[in-house]
Amino acid sequence: MMVGPERSSVVTGCSAVLAHTPGLVRHGSKPSRELPRDPGIERAVLDNLRTFEAAVAYVPHQTFIGGLHPRDMPQRPWTEGMAGAQRFAGAGEIMPEDEFMGLLAACDEFELVQLEEEMAADTLARLASHPLAKRLPLDRLESMREQAGAPRDGGLTLHVDRDRLAGRIFAGHESDESLSAAVLLENLACKATGVLALARLLHDCDVDPNSIDYVLSCAEEAVGDRYQRGGGNMGKTIAAAAGLGNASGADVKNFCAAPIPALVIAAALVRSGVFNRVAVVAGGSLPKLGMKFQGHLRKGLPVLEDVIGGMALLVQADDGYSPRVVLDSVGRHPVKAGASNPQIMTALAVEPIERLGLHMTDVDDYATELHNPDITEPQGSGNVPDRNYRTIAALAVANGHIERDEMTSFVSERGMPGFAPTQGHLASALCYVPHALQRLTEGDATRVQLIAKGSLFLGRMSQLSDGMSVMLERNDG
Amino acid sequence: MDLQSQAEIKRLAEEHGSDRVVVLLGAPDPESAGIAAETVVVGDPTYAGPLAEAQLGLPVFHVLEDEVRSVIPLDVWDEQIGVMADVLEAVAIGQAVREFRER
Repeated sequence: MMVGPERSSVVTGCSAVLAHTPGLVRHGSKPSRELPRDPGIERAVLDNLRTFEAAVAYVPHQTFIGGLHPRDMPQRPWTEGMAGAQRFAGAGEIMPEDEFMGLLAACDEFELVQLEEEMAADTLARLASHPLAKRLPLDRLESMREQAGAPRDGGLTLHVDRDRLAGRIFAGHESDESLSAAVLLENLACKATGVLALARLLHDCDVDPNSIDYVLSCAEEAVGDRYQRGGGNMGKTIAAAAGLGNASGADVKNFCAAPIPALVIAAALVRSGVFNRVAVVAGGSLPKLGMKFQGHLRKGLPVLEDVIGGMALLVQADDGYSPRVVLDSVGRHPVKAGASNPQIMTALAVEPIERLGLHMTDVDDYATELHNPDITEPQGSGNVPDRNYRTIAALAVANGHIERDEMTSFVSERGMPGFAPTQGHLASALCYVPHALQRLTEGDATRVQLIAKGSLFLGRMSQLSDGMSVMLERNDG
Repeated sequence: MDLQSQAEIKRLAEEHGSDRVVVLLGAPDPESAGIAAETVVVGDPTYAGPLAEAQLGLPVFHVLEDEVRSVIPLDVWDEQIGVMADVLEAVAIGQAVREFRER
């Protein structure tokens, strides 16, 4: 087999899905701590959860699933909704919570989830008519229903319609904190959103599931037991549930930054000839549900963190059409680089471009942390993407790529508003990949730089941050 | 301001005295800088944290204010802050913090 520059890696597709789960907001990390303290807060949260229709019409959600490009988003307020918004769009869908409850149960291989009888019947019927039904592990749901024993008490209650009981999830072990019901719910939600995204990817790319060799998960959840808390392997777990019989897998962990190293590793595995087709999959983060609810309620907004995301992309050998992963363009954040924002951005955004002898205006779109400002601003985190783009523009000035009076146009033409839910790994450039693929094929872009950053210091093992960047490039055949 | 930071500031002020503690902010916009300054001067406006109704009256500055910049060696400033002074709304942030500092 020829190995070398002739065998470049391309991204042939990328899916993006959201599960609308207002009933699970109470199990987000912040609400699970705050709600039990005060029935008034619990009532306020429940009263300010969005309907499915409002979640579908919410502009950032439509952008996330590929319904419109971020630069085409109307002016805020986005909560007023978009006329004609649909559940399904170019890259994915927004799944309602009763269907997701069924998918959650279908992805459970250890009888941990028990749905209420009526809920189980309804959700099975609805999922059976889902366009991806054949690709989802629904047979499990059916047999589970047939074999259902007497309802069990205890466990963690699961809700839909704000506070209607839908079922329960039980601990995997009576005394292992890593297998508590709350932890397993997080992991199962990650698995289910990952499975839905992977199913959509395979459908859109029209590839045989058995042709995928390897699945890399870049999600944030830690799967394991008390002896190996972050044991993994969500990649293979999701591959199996989505019917990828020939695939194996592994996890790439790096806080929010993980998707870009995962993409680079996938592209390197294909480029080197180790594998022909590698999927990168990212299930969502249930703990982030309702994370900033206090700010939203203070500002009279609904609880905006009511969705769990999921994404998947496919990397394979050059097909002469799909955008190339430019492995020479990888930017990394070395230990010695320093952790201030300008130092990180210099290492990730500026250095790789200069190393390739390019100009910063040779990159059409910069995708960085694209957190939705509707969510972050009310709780005091500011407008993250706006800050990132102004930093990149200021560095472009400092490094002589543009003039100072060009900063504003640089930001508006090459940057974009944030639209991702605050599930850091999805926001970290990955959410732009469906748009990047469109811009680099049917659109008029030549290069897109994907930039991801992760806060290692949150884990109390290092004071460092990390990050990685890589460029996608139009394929001229 | 998050609850952990509030608890830490409260502990330091109690341990060393309010006159021996200076709070240095790095908040990225005027609103969050103002809320943080308010929290350490007149108490947590959200009444959610340990500084709720705690009028510590601590001297508080934002790292982009001239008072701070003037006491930091230029090379350290350039390395750690550098272009962020142009990126963030330094003047508005400074005003938001000063409003509470001068109460």
